[in-house]
Amino acid sequence: MLHIKCPHCGLRSQNEFSYGGDASVKRPELNKEISDQDWDNYVYLRKSPRGKHLELWQHISGCRQWIKVERDTLTHEIFKTLKANEEV
Amino acid sequence: MSENFRLDNVGLVNRNKKISFKFNGKNYFGYEGDTLASALIANGVHLVGRSFKYHRPRGFFGAGVDEPYAIVQMNRNNEVDPNVRATEQELFEGLEAKSVNCWPNVDFDIGAINNFLNIFFPAGFYYKTFMWPKSFWYKVYEPIIRKAAGFGAASIKHDKERYEHKYEYCDLLITGSGPSGLASAYAAAQNGAKVILAEDKSRFGGTLLTSDETIGNQSGKEWAEKIISELKSMSNVIVKNRSQVFGYYDHNMLVMSERVSDHLPKTEKYTPKQRLWYIRAKEVIISSGSIERPLVFGNNDTPGVMLSSAAKEYLKVYGVLVGKKPIIFTNNDSGYETAIEFKKNGVDPIVLDTRKDTNSEIIKEAKELNINIKFSYVVVAAKGYKKVNSADIAKISDDKKNISSIENIKCDCICVSGFWTPTIHLASQSGNKSKFSEEIDAFIPSQSKQKETTLGSANGVFTLEETLKTSFEKGNELSKKITNKENKVLVPSVVEKKSSNHDKFWCVPLPEGKNYKRFLDFQNDVSVSDIQLALREGYRSIEHVKRYTTLGMATDQGRTSNLNGLQLVSDIENKVVPQVGHTTFRPPYSPISIGAIVGREIGKHSKPTRKSPMHYWHEKNNAVFVDAGVWLRPRYYKQGNENLFEASKREAKNVRQNVGVCDVTTLGKIDIKGPDSAEFLNRVYTNAWLKLPVGKARYGVMLREDGIVMDDGTTTRISENHYHMTTTTAQAANVLTHLEYYLQLVWPELNVNVVSSTEQWAGAAIAGPKSRNLLQRLFPDLDVSNEGLPFMGYMEGKLFGVNAKIYRISFSGELAYEVNVESDYGNFMWEKIIEIGKEFNIQPYGTEALSTLRIEMGHVAGSELDGRTIPYDNSLEGLVSKKKDFIGKRSLNKKAYIESDRQKIVGVVPLDKKTSIPEGSYIVKDAKAKLPNPKLGHVSASCWSVEYDNPFSLAIIKDGKNMIGQKLFAMSPLKNKVIPVEIVSSHYVDPKGERVRS
Repeated sequence: MLHIKCPHCGLRSQNEFSYGGDASVKRPELNKEISDQDWDNYVYLRKSPRGKHLELWQHISGCRQWIKVERDTLTHEIFKTLKANEEV
Repeated sequence: MSENFRLDNVGLVNRNKKISFKFNGKNYFGYEGDTLASALIANGVHLVGRSFKYHRPRGFFGAGVDEPYAIVQMNRNNEVDPNVRATEQELFEGLEAKSVNCWPNVDFDIGAINNFLNIFFPAGFYYKTFMWPKSFWYKVYEPIIRKAAGFGAASIKHDKERYEHKYEYCDLLITGSGPSGLASAYAAAQNGAKVILAEDKSRFGGTLLTSDETIGNQSGKEWAEKIISELKSMSNVIVKNRSQVFGYYDHNMLVMSERVSDHLPKTEKYTPKQRLWYIRAKEVIISSGSIERPLVFGNNDTPGVMLSSAAKEYLKVYGVLVGKKPIIFTNNDSGYETAIEFKKNGVDPIVLDTRKDTNSEIIKEAKELNINIKFSYVVVAAKGYKKVNSADIAKISDDKKNISSIENIKCDCICVSGFWTPTIHLASQSGNKSKFSEEIDAFIPSQSKQKETTLGSANGVFTLEETLKTSFEKGNELSKKITNKENKVLVPSVVEKKSSNHDKFWCVPLPEGKNYKRFLDFQNDVSVSDIQLALREGYRSIEHVKRYTTLGMATDQGRTSNLNGLQLVSDIENKVVPQVGHTTFRPPYSPISIGAIVGREIGKHSKPTRKSPMHYWHEKNNAVFVDAGVWLRPRYYKQGNENLFEASKREAKNVRQNVGVCDVTTLGKIDIKGPDSAEFLNRVYTNAWLKLPVGKARYGVMLREDGIVMDDGTTTRISENHYHMTTTTAQAANVLTHLEYYLQLVWPELNVNVVSSTEQWAGAAIAGPKSRNLLQRLFPDLDVSNEGLPFMGYMEGKLFGVNAKIYRISFSGELAYEVNVESDYGNFMWEKIIEIGKEFNIQPYGTEALSTLRIEMGHVAGSELDGRTIPYDNSLEGLVSKKKDFIGKRSLNKKAYIESDRQKIVGVVPLDKKTSIPEGSYIVKDAKAKLPNPKLGHVSASCWSVEYDNPFSLAIIKDGKNMIGQKLFAMSPLKNKVIPVEIVSSHYVDPKGERVRS
């Protein structure tokens, strides 16, 4: 079980969090033309890296904040955690 | 049977407390402090089971977790406990156990014929034989194999025992209470660290209980007792026996299984049978020790052949002789310790040492005791079927390739010692890549991956002096870092004998013309020839060899077999062991019960049960409940002998004719506040929200980004910047997360806050033509006329002094209102509604009637919004704005979504107006078409229309738009039904929606 440092609440067990996927994905802006290909990439395509991965987690049984977690998908090492509005 | 293998005045068992127990139907006696194994051996019982594949007789091989054979079926307090290691099961009064894997009994086992047919059971036998014909697998082969294989039989009854989970945090977790565990725990505890010391066995001390060394001026055992009692008295230390740390998971999370009550005749009240500890440790010390390695020779699985360390433990701890004519077969000095113990207790052992004439302190001592030692000697084969009765021994050449002068000598046990294998399972699980130590012919941990430190013999250190020194140091060093305190303790002096080098020899060659089975893996019956065959057939990777031959699998996890297997593979492959590598160690280290994993999360405790404030009223009024997500909702209110069908029809009819009331507390509710709320809703929902006036509600549909409908519900503008959103019961949590995602990550510039208010409000839906009359009586001061409170209107008022919110919304399709009050007043509200509603013939209605009402109105719900449909499919395309952008809009012009024959919701009526259509039925054009019959779609929901008194269903079918009026078939292969049907509009009742606006 991972030990994730919520930037708002501190070190907590994984079972308080829920996973939210790749944090580097940016939603296309509203009301803006976008090609089918780009939209499909946004909706469906995700990288599955072996190694460092910046991902979203929500502290669902805690402060309910979405946070960013930089984690190694192979070793599960967590390098850093960030608030939603912070960049690496 | 009399106790003829028990020594007087030796061992740690309590001679004052005799215990009777039963094994395979026979009565025996043992003492308090015995294990089932030690008590059986004391009674001369060595045949305890049959082997997995060949059903060869099985005895005892070890004295603890290392035991591969003696797995028994326990009966404890009328509960069955399969696969218990007899070497770990402590004796208690009235214990009952029996052998497994044998039929009809252990003495005469029909499966043993496999032993004589073993030519047919080579490695990979199952894979090779049962491949053909394919159809035979499920019907013929598998059931037979299942019956013949496996160990104990699990009970089919519900396990009445209680299991618990516990979470704990500590500075240092120490796994094992041998010398390294005790020393490091003691040093760390002195520095004020929070320490958990876990011992698998019932007695603390590990090898100190059986060794001859002295620490300070005490025996090892006395020293261990002193340290333990001191640790127990410290408030910063948790000391646990009968507790196996079996798994090392991510981020220093370790899991330990505590066998709280397994040693008692029955579990005491308020205590669990077993407790699973989830321990998050800052530092972990692995002091799990080492396990003696077997030597490989002919028939080395015969009962009576066992580890020399186990023989010593039975003697020193339990006062039990494993035999009276022992052969000690060793390649190192450890065997001599066992030999000397035998000799001291009046039994003459013969020592066969594979080494050339060697000298060391302990060999000298053995010689002085006149122990018969034969150097350069080996056991070629054990003789005897159900118990060793003699051994063929021989001289072995210096290059260990040839044996000569074979002779047969009488014996009743063969104690083998092939040196020591560090128990590195936990270190390996933590991610530590082990390295091979040439010096000890075994793997030891190398670079730490997590915060783990391996000490003592688990780390390949076999001298007590070195072990204590490093353990005190490490315990001090690691704890000091955490507590910033140092209270250094003196390392006691140690007197121990110096050992000579061990012999790397491990496998005795077969004598000419003999074809003895030489076992590597005792639990899975894997012999030398099986591995040879696997390699001849081309298996190379050790992971493949393992799976093909089953070497090191099952509950044993290679504890005794691993290294010898690797030795053999590397010998044949002309490699060295580190090149071959070892298979991955995975948790659990030793088996744990399913009950312990599940803990208290069984039955109704597996998830929370949520009840509305009106729950007890429902209960009192004969509600039959149904699980709706985590909620319990009344399904119907039973009157007299009514069944579900009759009751729900009555309730639904009463809504259509008079007025009904339904508990809608379970609906998800989200409070939305902030100046940008309208803009946010406008992006979340498919329809327009910017112009919704204060005091009005609107129905909305929200999508996922892929265009699929996520949820629907009404949202009401309470005031300028305050909205009240409702979601379906099932999606409440997901919708909140969805909203938070967009607010926190995608559009943080929007000034909006959302919070769940589901539990804050109790809700009652009042529906039916007489609902306005009732509402007026409930709120006499309010103008609830069609003008005063129109459809989709909102009002606040006082319900007999209680603040209430009234929403004129309708799921039933009738004139209807939802009244919300603060949860604490829910029951008050409900009782008032029922009391005053009597005049209007009010009846409460449950979810079944609710479904009926919405289905015949064509209102969609969870069975249509099933994560596969877009707005068009549900005839909700009118709610999709063309002007503005919203979540998921870009996906709606996907080719599949805009095809002209896209699926759409329709109504389905059976032609005979009698036969109900099972939910999930397929809609097909031709009932007699060749299979697979092309399906047009499926029936999503069915009811008995109370308006027309005939069955009615909703279905989502291809080109639904153009199917109205068609005669098709509903097929349910599952229920073997074919029903001719007509497709009609999904809005079966009041298609213009006049009632809700009346």
